[in-house]
Amino acid sequence: MTISFQRLRRELFATPLDGLISLVLIGVLLAAGSAFLKWMLFQAQWTVIQANSTLFALGRYPIDQQWRLWLLTTLLALATGTTWGLLRSGSTPRWPRNDLVAAVLLIALASAGTWALQLPFPIQLRWWLISGGLLVCRGVAGRFGSSLPLAVRRGAAVVWPVLYLVGMVLISGGLGLMPVPPSEWGGLLLTLLQSSFAILLCFPLGVMLALGRRSELPLLRWGSVVYIEFIRGAPLITLLFLGQNILGFLLPGGLAPDRVWRAAWVLTFFAAAYVAEAVRSGLAAVPSGQLEAARSLGLPLPQALIHVVLPQALRVALPATVGQFITLLQDTTLLSLIGLLDLLGTARTVMANPEFLGKSAEVYLTLAVLFWCCCAALGLGSRALETRLNTLHTPVKA
Amino acid sequence: MVALPDQAGTVTPWWRNRRLIPWLVQAAIGLVVLVVIAFLVGNLVRNLTAAGLLLSWGWLDNPSGFDIAETFLPFNAGLPYWRALLAGLVNTIRVVIAGLVGATLLGTVVGTASFSSNGLLRRLARVYVEVIRNIPLLLQLVFWYFVVFLSLPNGEQAIQLPGIVLAKSGLFLGRPELVNGVWQAPLRFTVEFGALLTGLVVYTAAFIAEVVRGGVASVPMGQWEAARSLGFSKLQTLKRIVLPQALRVIVPGLNSQYISLAKNSSLAVACGYTDLYSVAETTLNQTGRAVEVVLLLLGAYLVIDLVISALMNGLNHLVQIKER
Repeated sequence: MTISFQRLRRELFATPLDGLISLVLIGVLLAAGSAFLKWMLFQAQWTVIQANSTLFALGRYPIDQQWRLWLLTTLLALATGTTWGLLRSGSTPRWPRNDLVAAVLLIALASAGTWALQLPFPIQLRWWLISGGLLVCRGVAGRFGSSLPLAVRRGAAVVWPVLYLVGMVLISGGLGLMPVPPSEWGGLLLTLLQSSFAILLCFPLGVMLALGRRSELPLLRWGSVVYIEFIRGAPLITLLFLGQNILGFLLPGGLAPDRVWRAAWVLTFFAAAYVAEAVRSGLAAVPSGQLEAARSLGLPLPQALIHVVLPQALRVALPATVGQFITLLQDTTLLSLIGLLDLLGTARTVMANPEFLGKSAEVYLTLAVLFWCCCAALGLGSRALETRLNTLHTPVKA
Repeated sequence: MVALPDQAGTVTPWWRNRRLIPWLVQAAIGLVVLVVIAFLVGNLVRNLTAAGLLLSWGWLDNPSGFDIAETFLPFNAGLPYWRALLAGLVNTIRVVIAGLVGATLLGTVVGTASFSSNGLLRRLARVYVEVIRNIPLLLQLVFWYFVVFLSLPNGEQAIQLPGIVLAKSGLFLGRPELVNGVWQAPLRFTVEFGALLTGLVVYTAAFIAEVVRGGVASVPMGQWEAARSLGFSKLQTLKRIVLPQALRVIVPGLNSQYISLAKNSSLAVACGYTDLYSVAETTLNQTGRAVEVVLLLLGAYLVIDLVISALMNGLNHLVQIKER
């Protein structure tokens, strides 16, 4: 990767006007960049992040129960490593370049990240062990995965739903563990829980709504249309408001869920309408001859949909659907407006502390970087999946 | 009625009847939906009666007792609730209209910048879109408000341009004057309004830029080349040849971005601007009229969405190809 002088000239100074624009832009960028660096290195007081890192991560989760979250993180890391390795097993070289980059990033995060947060040494050690475990699982599964029977490799996916249930038990308690009520979940934990719950449930709901909207049965079709358009016509905050203030009236006394769960359900039902529209565009892309052919081969309607139409439709709808998931992750910040302590809500409580007054720039910037990384990673993953699923070998839009 | 004879004279059992099953399925679904709705409404009526909050609108005429910092319509605490909600609605409409104009301008600039012959400008446009789209709007709004606008200087140190003054006490337009250390001008916008507007414009512009980029990209390269070879300048080509064709793709995309902007304006409460949602929240806290307030809110946003859609459909009609 050498920057050739000619290319630079063509890109930046093709015409006098271009040259002027380039010079102005370079000047502005240099000024802004140096001012920002100066602020970041010398003026910003990052102690507000370091001192509250546990609060940002877990909220008010009881300290003596935090071992459960460590256990869950470890299990998740091991499962991630194994799945990653199994997906790559049989490929040569054993560590393709992308994987090496990911591994280096992980090591950098585990060492530099924990150092920057100035975590106590035992906690730093745990993060090193967890990321080490992840990489070891990746290596072992990648090395020996291809010698496992196909059924075992496919069956390994079952780990994830099981792990989700185990995780819910570990987080909320029960089955002999001390219960931790949802009001004590917070920070990144609450943000991730809410978004993963809503993402998992809104997808099947959205697919059903999309099928309903294209159904030939008028009642089903109009019901879906009314639901989708009603939800899409309202701002999320008014629906969250509805969930917090009216759900209690709609259900018999005592049956209404906790405020955290109410918000999770509202997010789910909200996202389902948008996912339905994404899936509908995918369904529209499948030629009607596909369904007709499947039906004329004698497949009953549900089977024709599941085995013929949906696989093609979902592949087309994938980018738009993941786009909705990314929006959903971003929308969890709205929980802070109804008094829940998600990442943003926790940030607000931290900054209400007189000790950290006026440190909003540091806190908001950190959150922005965190959200940006999560959303960008989801987007990258979606594009990778798109390429992988693109069995028709049609060009994929960058 | 239940069993119909088919052509061969044998009787098709009703559970395999192609014409009957769809209706049975629909009847079953309809019944379930009706039962659920009846259950919910029954609970609602029972619980509201128990709380003494049965649906009524008379409370809208009661004096509101709270003040609104910034209103277009004159308002004070002695006026009734409906006036407060109306003032909030007007505030929402104000920020939505300003936001639509601003986001369209910035979005168009960024969108066309991604076709610039200048590589730096092109990449900056991409970076802008990728950074803004992947950060939650609410986070951006609180950033603009608490970090940028609330740290503006006041008094003499305020940012002064000819005819414009930007200070912590607001944005002043049209010959601002410093009277006893306080800026005064015929036209004043609060920093709350400024932060909300900036946040909405910057966020929506990133999406509009993508719509514009997609629209311009949909015009075949041959159109550019043909226009240039006929002697059109680059700007003329864009204005007379490419944009009219690109608009056919852009306008429908803009419609949904405009509606998003209108709905996103309800996050105003995060930067202290009293829009419709913010007034509604205060109203609910004071009166406890949850159902009525939510119905009003949903209705108001639905109407705003429909108005934007109707206007954009009209525009869409104008830019589509008119075939003879």
